[in-house]
Amino acid sequence: MHATDALTEADRQITICNACRYCEGLCAVFPALEMNRHFADGDLNYLANLCHNCGACYHDCQFSPPHEFALNIPKILAEVRKDSYGQYAWPRALAPVFARNGLLIACLLALSVALFLIGMISLGDPGALWTAHTAPEGFYALMPHTAMVWIFGSVFLFAMLALAMGVRHFWRDTNAVNVVDADAPSVWQALKDAGSLRYLDGGGVGCFNEDDEPDDNRRLWHHLTFYGFLLCFAATSMGTVYHYAFGWPAPYAWWDLPPLLGIAGGLMLTAGTWGLLKAKRQRLSALRDERMTGMDVAFILMLLLTAVTGLLLRFLGETPLMGLLLAVHLGVVLALFLSMPYGKFVHGIYRTAALCRYAMARRHGLRKASKAEPKATDAAAARG
Amino acid sequence: MAEANGHAPEIPDLPTRYDVIVVGGGNAALCAAITARRDGASVLVLEAADKFYRGGNTRHTRNLRCAHDEGNEILTGPYPVDEFMDDLMRVTKGQTDEDLARFTLEESKGLWDWMNGAGVRFQQPLGGTLGLGRTNAFFLGGGRAMLNALYRTAEGLGVDIRYEAAVTDIDIEDGFFKSVVVEAAEGTFRAHGRALVTASGGFESNIDWLKEYWGERAENFLIRGTSNNRGSILRLLLDKGIEPVGDPTQCHAVAIDARSPKFDGGIVTRLDCIVFGIVMNNRCERFYDEGEDFWPKRYAIWGRLVADQPDQIAYIVFDDKSMGSFMPSVYPAIEAETLEELAGKLELDTEKFTATVTEFNAAVREGHFDTDIHDECHTEGIDPPKSHWARKIDTAPFYAYPVRPGITFTYLGTRVNREAKVLMQGGTPSANIFAAGEIMAGNVLGQGYLAGIGMTIGAVWGRLAGEGAARHARN
Repeated sequence: MHATDALTEADRQITICNACRYCEGLCAVFPALEMNRHFADGDLNYLANLCHNCGACYHDCQFSPPHEFALNIPKILAEVRKDSYGQYAWPRALAPVFARNGLLIACLLALSVALFLIGMISLGDPGALWTAHTAPEGFYALMPHTAMVWIFGSVFLFAMLALAMGVRHFWRDTNAVNVVDADAPSVWQALKDAGSLRYLDGGGVGCFNEDDEPDDNRRLWHHLTFYGFLLCFAATSMGTVYHYAFGWPAPYAWWDLPPLLGIAGGLMLTAGTWGLLKAKRQRLSALRDERMTGMDVAFILMLLLTAVTGLLLRFLGETPLMGLLLAVHLGVVLALFLSMPYGKFVHGIYRTAALCRYAMARRHGLRKASKAEPKATDAAAARG
Repeated sequence: MAEANGHAPEIPDLPTRYDVIVVGGGNAALCAAITARRDGASVLVLEAADKFYRGGNTRHTRNLRCAHDEGNEILTGPYPVDEFMDDLMRVTKGQTDEDLARFTLEESKGLWDWMNGAGVRFQQPLGGTLGLGRTNAFFLGGGRAMLNALYRTAEGLGVDIRYEAAVTDIDIEDGFFKSVVVEAAEGTFRAHGRALVTASGGFESNIDWLKEYWGERAENFLIRGTSNNRGSILRLLLDKGIEPVGDPTQCHAVAIDARSPKFDGGIVTRLDCIVFGIVMNNRCERFYDEGEDFWPKRYAIWGRLVADQPDQIAYIVFDDKSMGSFMPSVYPAIEAETLEELAGKLELDTEKFTATVTEFNAAVREGHFDTDIHDECHTEGIDPPKSHWARKIDTAPFYAYPVRPGITFTYLGTRVNREAKVLMQGGTPSANIFAAGEIMAGNVLGQGYLAGIGMTIGAVWGRLAGEGAARHARN
């Protein structure tokens, strides 16, 4: 018995895969499922988060629809994956935000931008919004550095806490029946596999998106997005180091390290998210999970907005638009950080956790969880 | 064009006259089409199935057996032609044309490179098939992935492919092919060609044809592969004077889950648990030694054994000790806490059922149980005996799988020469009709089976047929 219809259907499909095994060489999902004969909810959530949605198994499967076995592993695992985000959310009360994610994030964004605008106008000199670009202290004329640090620092720490709690739930649930032994080399292996998107290549032929040609570029778009995001994050971190370690407050000249990292990251992030949005629009309808679209698009748009407003701020920072752009950019970034534990961002976290578990399972095998033993004994007693 | 006047006027001609027309859409057909196209011929492939079901039984395959003198990144060691030949002679018990067989196996040495060149990707042997890692190259993603690669290559080369295009007649004059009549979604048409490659499989999904040899029993057969192998092309060729090869009454049959679909259930319907339990028919009688030999050596006899039972059904019965010891399959085992309850769920006579199990249990002489060797666990004093791996069925829960004969392929085909040309009655080769794959496999494989050899035969003879057809068209 499974908690949801999606899990029940995933169990049915995975059981057939386990009897076939032709897809074993395509990615991590199939070798992982072969380690089990029975699949608890946690096992299915683990497999769902291990799946990179490359689409190869759908096109390679002799049992895809219209065959009566109707296997569509990428699609059913996408559904289970989406449900798992809500299931592992912390605090639990916020699980429903995954259901209407696009709308919620749009509202959060509007609210967050409005707050910055109102704050800048009402707390400081109302006219400063349009004149701050001439002030010697730059941004900080509109919003003191300490205020920015407090707002973003606390939101960031909360996001980290919420994500960590989510991973904890994920780990407990996926190890409920069979446990893995943790070790550092497996974590390193998982980070490499996640960072290179090793399993988003259809087993070597390339992955699939709009049709049965393995010519999809999502891996490239995703790399641009992810590493662009990291560069932007590095730009901010570098600014913080400059500020506190060296006592060099912003603004910086364009050729200085924080802006250079930010510009490069912003451009990569813009190109990557644009590519991902395009790929999403072109996706083969058989592989598309409509319920996911809102959440996926919201997250990609948030990243795109972060990049575009950041770049605009960089290039129009010496015009009267600076104040407005700053409010919008800070609003977008705040909404992005606030929504991190409650949107598509979590896919990277759970996927990396799933890859860790996979690497550990490959290295050491699975052990029966001690918690599961009383159950087995109960069953034996019932038989006796 | 004088001969065209003789045709019924209502069938329109396809405007293009192709050099090579390939009937079928599986491994052999695509190997022929790609080879002929690379040799400069214009090629039309006529596939009876739609795009999803294209490729017949190739969709369900997973590997290709090929001879090789050295191992490589996938194949774990050398597999010389002589060893391949020994394996073939062992399974066919000599039911083969030794000359053609050796020729096939020698030609198979080129398949690894050819397949790679046609975009096919390989992978390490799958879990549970390590024994085949040296001899068989596994397709990455299975047979459908392999087919997709061949289709992409063929399309890239400019081979014309028509789906849902069933050939209903072939115009042959004195062993010379002229045209085919095709029923397609867009209507019936006649396609003229300079050479014909028939690569359209056997007749195992034609239940009426099977009934000619098996009687009403064939109604209860399940077909493991495509529903399109109705043998219509084979029938046409044989009726038009091409010489047959292979025993028409024979087919490769294994015991598969009785709950499987009538067609296309494929690999997942197989059951590997007979050696762990006992098998009884619907009168609760055992009928064959379940532990006679290792499973890989015996799995292919059980289809026939079950076909000989009343209503062509049997039940594999085992207990909790064996659960998890064999490959999982598509449907769950039927489970019960007592033997009586299990008999009820199987709708069998409870008394007879428990008596058969009890009698078996009493006859078991247990020892060290080991499925890797011919172990000492056996029965005494019952008939049939269970010679190895006999353990009492006494630990709840009890399990059963219902099984029926699952037909993999048939052996009847068209006789060919070394150029893949079909032979007319009397032995004269046709000038321009070629055959490849299951439709002629009986030349090489007259009996038995060797994992991956269907693909060997399809690829080797597909390439020969394509080469010969293109050569004929050029001259």
